[in-house]
Amino acid sequence: MAYRRRDFLKLAGLGGVVFASGLNRVANAANATGASAAAHDDFYFVQLSDTHWGFEGPPNPDAKVTLRKAVAAVNALAEPPDFIMFTGDLTHTTDDPKERRRRLTEFRGIVGDLKVKSVRFMPGEHDAALDRGEAYQELFGKPYYTFDHKGVHFVVLDNVSDPAANIGEAQLQWLAADLKRLPKDARIVVFTHRPLFDLYPQWDWATRDGAKAVDLLMPHANVTVFYGHIHQEHHHLTGHIAHHAAKSLIFPLPAPGSQPKRAPLPWDAAQPYKGLGFRNVEAEIKKAEYGITELPVEAVKKG
Amino acid sequence: MTFGRGMKILAVAAVLGAGAVAMRAAAQTEEPVIKVVAKKFDYAPSRIKLKKGVPVTLELTTLDVAMGFNVPELGVRADIVPGKVVRVRLVPEKTGTFTFFCDIFCGSGHEDMTGTITVE
Repeated sequence: MAYRRRDFLKLAGLGGVVFASGLNRVANAANATGASAAAHDDFYFVQLSDTHWGFEGPPNPDAKVTLRKAVAAVNALAEPPDFIMFTGDLTHTTDDPKERRRRLTEFRGIVGDLKVKSVRFMPGEHDAALDRGEAYQELFGKPYYTFDHKGVHFVVLDNVSDPAANIGEAQLQWLAADLKRLPKDARIVVFTHRPLFDLYPQWDWATRDGAKAVDLLMPHANVTVFYGHIHQEHHHLTGHIAHHAAKSLIFPLPAPGSQPKRAPLPWDAAQPYKGLGFRNVEAEIKKAEYGITELPVEAVKKG
Repeated sequence: MTFGRGMKILAVAAVLGAGAVAMRAAAQTEEPVIKVVAKKFDYAPSRIKLKKGVPVTLELTTLDVAMGFNVPELGVRADIVPGKVVRVRLVPEKTGTFTFFCDIFCGSGHEDMTGTITVE
Protein backbone atom coordinates (compact mmCIF):
# COMPACT_ATOMS: atom_id res chain seq x y z
CA MET A 1 0.00 0.00 0.00
CA ALA A 2 1.07 3.57 -0.46
CA TYR A 3 0.95 5.94 2.47
CA ARG A 4 -1.01 9.14 2.21
CA ARG A 5 0.37 12.31 3.65
CA ARG A 6 -2.33 12.83 6.24
CA ASP A 7 -2.53 9.20 7.23
CA PHE A 8 0.43 9.16 9.55
CA LEU A 9 -1.64 8.76 12.67
CA LYS A 10 -2.98 5.52 11.24
CA LEU A 11 0.39 4.05 10.44
CA ALA A 12 1.22 2.55 13.81
CA GLY A 13 -0.62 -0.61 12.86
CA LEU A 14 1.00 -0.79 9.46
CA GLY A 15 4.65 -0.75 10.38
CA GLY A 16 5.01 3.00 10.50
CA VAL A 17 5.75 4.73 13.78
CA VAL A 18 4.62 8.22 14.58
CA PHE A 19 6.47 10.68 16.77
CA ALA A 20 5.27 14.19 17.34
CA SER A 21 7.85 16.84 17.98
CA GLY A 22 8.01 20.54 18.45
CA LEU A 23 6.66 23.37 20.45
CA ASN A 24 3.28 24.94 20.66
CA ARG A 25 4.21 28.08 22.42
CA VAL A 26 4.33 30.59 19.60
CA ALA A 27 1.40 29.84 17.34
CA ASN A 28 0.83 32.46 14.69
CA ALA A 29 4.14 34.09 15.42
CA ALA A 30 6.06 35.86 12.73
CA ASN A 31 8.20 33.55 10.67
CA ALA A 32 11.71 33.95 9.37
CA THR A 33 10.67 36.29 6.59
CA GLY A 34 8.49 38.38 8.84
CA ALA A 35 5.20 37.21 7.40
CA SER A 36 2.52 35.44 9.40
CA ALA A 37 3.15 31.73 9.79
CA ALA A 38 -0.51 31.16 9.18
CA ALA A 39 0.03 32.41 5.65
CA HIS A 40 2.11 29.35 4.83
CA ASP A 41 1.04 25.87 3.93
CA ASP A 42 1.95 22.87 5.96
CA PHE A 43 4.18 20.52 4.07
CA TYR A 44 6.21 17.41 4.50
CA PHE A 45 9.66 16.27 3.58
CA VAL A 46 11.43 12.92 3.59
CA GLN A 47 14.65 12.22 5.50
CA LEU A 48 16.87 9.37 4.35
CA SER A 49 20.15 8.65 6.07
CA ASP A 50 23.25 6.50 6.17
CA THR A 51 22.84 4.67 2.91
CA HIS A 52 26.55 3.66 2.92
CA TRP A 53 26.63 2.90 -0.80
CA GLY A 54 29.58 0.55 -1.41
CA PHE A 55 29.25 -1.34 1.86
CA GLU A 56 29.57 -5.10 1.60
CA GLY A 57 29.23 -7.55 4.46
CA PRO A 58 27.00 -9.88 6.46
CA PRO A 59 25.11 -7.06 8.24
CA ASN A 60 23.34 -6.44 4.93
CA PRO A 61 23.55 -9.14 2.24
CA ASP A 62 21.15 -7.04 0.13
CA ALA A 63 23.34 -3.95 0.22
CA LYS A 64 23.41 -3.66 -3.55
CA VAL A 65 19.62 -3.24 -3.78
CA THR A 66 18.59 -1.62 -0.50
CA LEU A 67 19.08 1.94 -1.72
CA ARG A 68 17.18 1.24 -4.91
CA LYS A 69 14.30 -0.23 -2.88
CA ALA A 70 14.23 2.87 -0.69
CA VAL A 71 14.11 5.08 -3.79
CA ALA A 72 11.18 3.01 -5.07
CA ALA A 73 9.43 3.30 -1.69
CA VAL A 74 9.79 7.09 -1.69
CA ASN A 75 8.57 7.24 -5.28
CA ALA A 76 5.50 5.22 -4.22
CA LEU A 77 4.37 7.75 -1.60
CA ALA A 78 0.85 8.78 -2.52
CA GLU A 79 1.65 12.46 -2.30
CA PRO A 80 5.14 13.57 -3.19
CA PRO A 81 7.12 15.33 -0.46
CA ASP A 82 8.14 18.94 -0.98
CA PHE A 83 11.76 17.86 -0.82
CA ILE A 84 14.03 15.00 0.19
CA MET A 85 17.00 15.29 2.53
CA PHE A 86 19.87 12.83 2.82
CA THR A 87 21.62 13.30 6.16
CA GLY A 88 25.05 11.91 5.35
CA ASP A 89 27.06 8.75 4.96
CA LEU A 90 25.80 8.53 1.41
CA THR A 91 28.69 6.15 0.76
CA HIS A 92 30.78 3.75 2.79
CA THR A 93 34.31 4.96 3.33
CA THR A 94 37.30 3.85 1.32
CA ASP A 95 40.97 4.79 1.47
CA ASP A 96 41.07 5.01 -2.34
CA PRO A 97 40.14 8.52 -3.59
CA LYS A 98 39.19 7.14 -7.01
CA GLU A 99 36.86 4.55 -5.47
CA ARG A 100 35.36 7.23 -3.22
CA ARG A 101 34.45 9.30 -6.28
CA ARG A 102 33.09 6.22 -8.03
CA ARG A 103 30.82 5.42 -5.07
CA LEU A 104 29.60 9.00 -4.75
CA THR A 105 28.90 9.08 -8.49
CA GLU A 106 27.00 5.78 -8.38
CA PHE A 107 25.00 6.99 -5.41
CA ARG A 108 24.09 10.17 -7.26
CA GLY A 109 22.97 8.11 -10.24
CA ILE A 110 20.72 5.86 -8.16
CA VAL A 111 19.01 8.67 -6.27
CA GLY A 112 18.60 10.42 -9.63
CA ASP A 113 15.66 8.05 -10.07
CA LEU A 114 13.74 9.86 -7.32
CA LYS A 115 10.66 11.43 -8.84
CA VAL A 116 10.90 14.43 -6.55
CA LYS A 117 13.68 16.53 -7.96
CA SER A 118 14.21 18.78 -4.96
CA VAL A 119 16.79 16.59 -3.27
CA ARG A 120 19.37 17.93 -0.85
CA PHE A 121 22.49 16.32 0.51
CA MET A 122 25.06 16.62 3.22
CA PRO A 123 28.13 14.51 3.95
CA GLY A 124 28.77 11.98 6.68
CA GLU A 125 32.21 11.12 7.97
CA HIS A 126 32.33 8.12 5.64
CA ASP A 127 31.96 10.49 2.66
CA ALA A 128 34.16 13.32 3.76
CA ALA A 129 36.45 12.77 6.74
CA LEU A 130 39.41 11.11 5.01
CA ASP A 131 39.85 13.88 2.42
CA ARG A 132 38.21 16.71 4.39
CA GLY A 133 35.28 16.75 1.99
CA GLU A 134 37.25 17.20 -1.23
CA ALA A 135 35.51 14.48 -3.29
CA TYR A 136 32.11 15.21 -1.76
CA GLN A 137 32.33 18.90 -2.64
CA GLU A 138 33.41 18.10 -6.20
CA LEU A 139 30.22 16.15 -6.72
CA PHE A 140 27.66 17.66 -4.33
CA GLY A 141 28.81 21.19 -3.57
CA LYS A 142 28.99 22.96 -0.25
CA PRO A 143 28.77 20.73 2.83
CA TYR A 144 26.97 23.40 4.89
CA TYR A 145 24.32 25.82 3.73
CA THR A 146 20.85 27.16 4.44
CA PHE A 147 17.60 27.25 2.56
CA ASP A 148 14.09 28.46 3.28
CA HIS A 149 10.88 26.65 2.55
CA LYS A 150 7.34 27.75 3.33
CA GLY A 151 8.25 29.72 6.42
CA VAL A 152 10.85 27.36 7.82
CA HIS A 153 14.54 28.22 7.84
CA PHE A 154 16.65 25.11 7.26
CA VAL A 155 20.29 25.00 8.34
CA VAL A 156 22.58 22.21 7.17
CA LEU A 157 25.66 21.84 9.40
CA ASP A 158 28.82 19.94 8.53
CA ASN A 159 30.28 18.16 11.56
CA VAL A 160 32.12 15.46 9.60
CA SER A 161 34.60 16.99 7.13
CA ASP A 162 36.94 17.51 10.06
CA PRO A 163 37.95 13.93 10.95
CA ALA A 164 38.05 15.01 14.59
CA ALA A 165 34.30 15.76 14.44
CA ASN A 166 34.51 19.50 14.93
CA ILE A 167 32.14 21.96 13.33
CA GLY A 168 34.98 24.46 13.56
CA GLU A 169 35.15 28.12 14.41
CA ALA A 170 34.62 29.37 10.84
CA GLN A 171 31.38 27.46 10.43
CA LEU A 172 30.21 28.41 13.93
CA GLN A 173 30.74 32.08 13.07
CA TRP A 174 28.81 31.55 9.86
CA LEU A 175 25.99 29.94 11.89
CA ALA A 176 25.98 32.78 14.40
CA ALA A 177 25.71 35.35 11.61
CA ASP A 178 22.88 33.41 9.96
CA LEU A 179 20.90 33.09 13.20
CA LYS A 180 21.46 36.69 14.16
CA ARG A 181 19.28 37.94 11.33
CA LEU A 182 16.35 35.69 12.35
CA PRO A 183 13.62 36.60 14.82
CA LYS A 184 13.82 34.61 18.04
CA ASP A 185 10.58 32.79 17.20
CA ALA A 186 11.58 31.79 13.68
CA ARG A 187 10.87 28.20 12.67
CA ILE A 188 14.30 26.64 12.40
CA VAL A 189 15.18 23.10 11.39
CA VAL A 190 18.78 21.95 11.59
CA PHE A 191 20.18 18.97 9.70
CA THR A 192 23.44 17.42 10.89
CA HIS A 193 25.05 14.04 10.49
CA ARG A 194 26.43 13.48 13.97
CA PRO A 195 24.44 14.34 17.08
CA LEU A 196 25.17 17.86 18.30
CA PHE A 197 24.96 16.66 21.90
CA ASP A 198 26.92 13.98 23.76
CA LEU A 199 24.62 11.06 23.05
CA TYR A 200 27.24 8.42 23.83
CA PRO A 201 30.79 9.71 23.46
CA GLN A 202 32.20 6.24 24.23
CA TRP A 203 30.97 5.24 20.77
CA ASP A 204 31.96 8.54 19.20
CA TRP A 205 28.30 9.55 19.06
CA ALA A 206 28.95 13.21 19.65
CA THR A 207 30.31 16.38 18.03
CA ARG A 208 33.34 17.71 19.80
CA ASP A 209 32.20 21.33 19.64
CA GLY A 210 28.50 20.56 19.20
CA ALA A 211 27.63 22.35 22.45
CA LYS A 212 28.74 25.61 20.83
CA ALA A 213 26.18 25.14 18.06
CA VAL A 214 23.47 24.28 20.58
CA ASP A 215 24.37 27.40 22.57
CA LEU A 216 23.91 29.50 19.43
CA LEU A 217 20.55 27.88 18.72
CA MET A 218 19.28 28.01 22.29
CA PRO A 219 17.96 31.61 22.24
CA HIS A 220 15.60 30.61 19.42
CA ALA A 221 12.24 29.27 20.57
CA ASN A 222 11.45 26.91 17.70
CA VAL A 223 14.42 24.75 16.78
CA THR A 224 14.33 21.09 15.82
CA VAL A 225 17.33 18.99 14.78
CA PHE A 226 17.24 15.97 12.48
CA TYR A 227 20.38 13.88 12.20
CA GLY A 228 21.73 10.43 11.28
CA HIS A 229 24.98 8.63 12.16
CA ILE A 230 23.64 6.31 14.86
CA HIS A 231 21.54 4.11 12.51
CA GLN A 232 18.42 4.06 14.67
CA GLU A 233 15.52 6.20 15.71
CA HIS A 234 16.33 8.26 18.78
CA HIS A 235 14.76 11.32 20.39
CA HIS A 236 16.40 13.69 22.83
CA LEU A 237 15.92 17.17 24.23
CA THR A 238 18.61 19.71 25.04
CA GLY A 239 16.52 22.31 26.80
CA HIS A 240 13.67 23.07 24.41
CA ILE A 241 15.56 21.83 21.32
CA ALA A 242 14.45 18.42 20.08
CA HIS A 243 16.97 16.14 18.34
CA HIS A 244 15.69 13.25 16.22
CA ALA A 245 18.02 10.56 14.86
CA ALA A 246 16.93 8.65 11.76
CA LYS A 247 17.24 5.01 10.89
CA SER A 248 19.86 3.86 8.43
CA LEU A 249 19.36 2.26 5.03
CA ILE A 250 22.23 -0.22 5.39
CA PHE A 251 22.30 -1.80 8.88
CA PRO A 252 20.98 -0.92 12.32
CA LEU A 253 23.29 -0.22 15.25
CA PRO A 254 22.61 -1.13 18.88
CA ALA A 255 21.03 1.26 21.35
CA PRO A 256 23.61 3.53 22.98
CA GLY A 257 25.69 1.56 25.49
CA SER A 258 23.49 -1.53 25.24
CA GLN A 259 26.43 -3.80 24.38
CA PRO A 260 30.21 -3.57 24.71
CA LYS A 261 30.81 -2.65 21.07
CA ARG A 262 28.77 -0.66 18.57
CA ALA A 263 28.87 -3.55 16.09
CA PRO A 264 26.01 -3.67 13.56
CA LEU A 265 22.98 -5.67 14.60
CA PRO A 266 22.96 -8.96 12.67
CA TRP A 267 20.86 -9.35 9.54
CA ASP A 268 17.67 -11.28 10.24
CA ALA A 269 16.86 -13.41 7.19
CA ALA A 270 13.35 -13.98 8.56
CA GLN A 271 12.78 -10.23 8.68
CA PRO A 272 14.90 -8.61 5.98
CA TYR A 273 15.44 -4.88 6.41
CA LYS A 274 14.37 -5.02 10.03
CA GLY A 275 15.54 -1.85 11.74
CA LEU A 276 16.07 -0.01 8.47
CA GLY A 277 13.91 2.70 6.99
CA PHE A 278 13.32 6.33 6.27
CA ARG A 279 10.94 8.92 7.62
CA ASN A 280 8.36 11.43 6.58
CA VAL A 281 8.38 14.68 8.52
CA GLU A 282 5.13 16.61 8.45
CA ALA A 283 5.75 20.28 9.25
CA GLU A 284 2.81 22.04 10.84
CA ILE A 285 4.02 25.59 10.57
CA LYS A 286 1.35 27.27 12.63
CA LYS A 287 2.13 25.13 15.65
CA ALA A 288 5.84 24.74 14.90
CA GLU A 289 5.30 21.02 15.23
CA TYR A 290 6.69 18.11 13.29
CA GLY A 291 4.91 14.79 12.91
CA ILE A 292 7.50 12.12 12.24
CA THR A 293 6.44 8.94 10.52
CA GLU A 294 8.95 6.10 10.40
CA LEU A 295 8.58 3.97 7.29
CA PRO A 296 10.18 0.66 6.32
CA VAL A 297 12.44 0.17 3.30
CA GLU A 298 9.86 -1.89 1.49
CA ALA A 299 6.86 0.38 1.94
CA VAL A 300 5.51 -0.55 -1.46
CA LYS A 301 3.49 -3.68 -0.83
CA LYS A 302 0.43 -4.27 -2.90
CA GLY A 303 -2.78 -5.41 -1.26
CA MET B 1 99.39 -4.99 39.64
CA THR B 2 97.49 -6.89 37.07
CA PHE B 3 94.13 -8.52 37.43
CA GLY B 4 93.80 -12.16 36.71
CA ARG B 5 90.86 -13.48 34.66
CA GLY B 6 88.78 -14.12 37.77
CA MET B 7 89.21 -10.55 39.04
CA LYS B 8 88.05 -9.05 35.75
CA ILE B 9 84.80 -10.98 35.84
CA LEU B 10 84.20 -9.87 39.40
CA ALA B 11 84.74 -6.22 38.50
CA VAL B 12 82.25 -6.35 35.61
CA ALA B 13 79.71 -8.01 37.88
CA ALA B 14 80.18 -5.22 40.43
CA VAL B 15 79.47 -2.57 37.80
CA LEU B 16 76.38 -4.40 36.60
CA GLY B 17 75.20 -4.79 40.17
CA ALA B 18 75.54 -1.09 40.85
CA GLY B 19 73.60 -0.33 37.70
CA ALA B 20 70.78 -2.64 38.67
CA VAL B 21 70.48 -0.99 42.08
CA ALA B 22 70.37 2.44 40.46
CA MET B 23 67.60 1.33 38.09
CA ARG B 24 65.53 -0.06 40.94
CA ALA B 25 65.87 3.22 42.81
CA ALA B 26 64.68 5.14 39.77
CA ALA B 27 61.72 2.81 39.30
CA GLN B 28 60.64 3.44 42.90
CA THR B 29 60.50 7.19 42.39
CA GLU B 30 59.24 7.49 38.80
CA GLU B 31 55.67 6.89 37.71
CA PRO B 32 55.00 3.86 35.59
CA VAL B 33 54.86 4.40 31.85
CA ILE B 34 52.58 2.37 29.62
CA LYS B 35 53.28 2.48 25.92
CA VAL B 36 50.21 2.30 23.68
CA VAL B 37 50.74 1.91 19.94
CA ALA B 38 47.88 2.77 17.58
CA LYS B 39 47.54 1.62 14.00
CA LYS B 40 44.69 0.97 11.61
CA PHE B 41 42.49 -0.25 13.31
CA ASP B 42 43.58 -1.23 16.78
CA TYR B 43 45.57 -0.31 19.84
CA ALA B 44 48.31 -2.42 21.40
CA PRO B 45 47.70 -3.16 24.16
CA SER B 46 43.94 -2.93 23.92
CA ARG B 47 43.43 -3.83 27.57
CA ILE B 48 45.15 -1.78 30.24
CA LYS B 49 44.99 -2.40 33.97
CA LEU B 50 45.57 0.42 36.46
CA LYS B 51 45.29 0.89 40.19
CA LYS B 52 43.02 3.50 41.68
CA GLY B 53 44.91 6.58 42.81
CA VAL B 54 48.21 5.46 41.32
CA PRO B 55 49.50 7.92 38.72
CA VAL B 56 50.59 6.56 35.37
CA THR B 57 51.87 8.06 32.14
CA LEU B 58 50.46 6.76 28.87
CA GLU B 59 52.94 7.06 26.03
CA LEU B 60 50.92 7.15 22.83
CA THR B 61 52.24 6.67 19.29
CA THR B 62 50.72 5.84 15.91
CA LEU B 63 52.27 3.71 13.21
CA ASP B 64 50.29 5.18 10.31
CA VAL B 65 47.72 8.00 10.35
CA ALA B 66 46.54 10.48 12.97
CA MET B 67 44.44 8.82 15.64
CA GLY B 68 42.53 9.90 18.70
CA PHE B 69 42.68 8.44 22.20
CA ASN B 70 39.59 9.25 24.18
CA VAL B 71 38.46 7.92 27.55
CA PRO B 72 35.56 10.22 28.41
CA GLU B 73 34.79 8.52 31.71
CA LEU B 74 38.32 9.23 32.95
CA GLY B 75 38.53 12.70 31.40
CA VAL B 76 41.40 11.78 29.11
CA ARG B 77 41.75 12.55 25.40
CA ALA B 78 44.67 13.18 23.08
CA ASP B 79 45.52 13.49 19.42
CA ILE B 80 48.14 10.96 18.38
CA VAL B 81 50.19 12.47 15.58
CA PRO B 82 52.42 10.34 13.32
CA GLY B 83 56.10 10.66 14.20
CA LYS B 84 55.51 12.01 17.69
CA VAL B 85 55.24 10.52 21.15
CA VAL B 86 52.28 11.90 23.07
CA ARG B 87 52.43 11.57 26.84
CA VAL B 88 49.29 11.71 28.94
CA ARG B 89 49.39 11.59 32.72
CA LEU B 90 46.48 9.87 34.36
CA VAL B 91 45.50 9.41 38.01
CA PRO B 92 42.46 7.13 37.98
CA GLU B 93 40.14 8.17 40.78
CA LYS B 94 37.40 5.61 40.28
CA THR B 95 37.28 1.88 39.78
CA GLY B 96 35.64 0.10 36.88
CA THR B 97 36.21 -0.75 33.25
CA PHE B 98 36.23 2.19 30.86
CA THR B 99 36.26 2.18 27.09
CA PHE B 100 38.86 4.10 25.13
CA PHE B 101 38.40 4.73 21.45
CA CYS B 102 39.69 6.56 18.42
CA ASP B 103 37.74 9.77 17.88
CA ILE B 104 39.52 10.87 14.71
CA PHE B 105 37.96 9.14 11.73
CA CYS B 106 40.67 6.94 10.26
CA GLY B 107 38.98 4.59 7.79
CA SER B 108 36.73 1.60 7.33
CA GLY B 109 37.65 -0.04 10.65
CA HIS B 110 37.47 3.17 12.68
CA GLU B 111 34.33 2.11 14.50
CA ASP B 112 36.08 -1.00 15.81
CA MET B 113 39.08 0.83 17.17
CA THR B 114 38.50 0.53 20.89
CA GLY B 115 40.07 -0.81 24.07
CA THR B 116 39.46 -0.81 27.79
CA ILE B 117 41.12 0.54 30.89
CA THR B 118 40.27 -1.41 34.01
CA VAL B 119 40.92 0.39 37.29
CA GLU B 120 41.07 -1.78 40.41
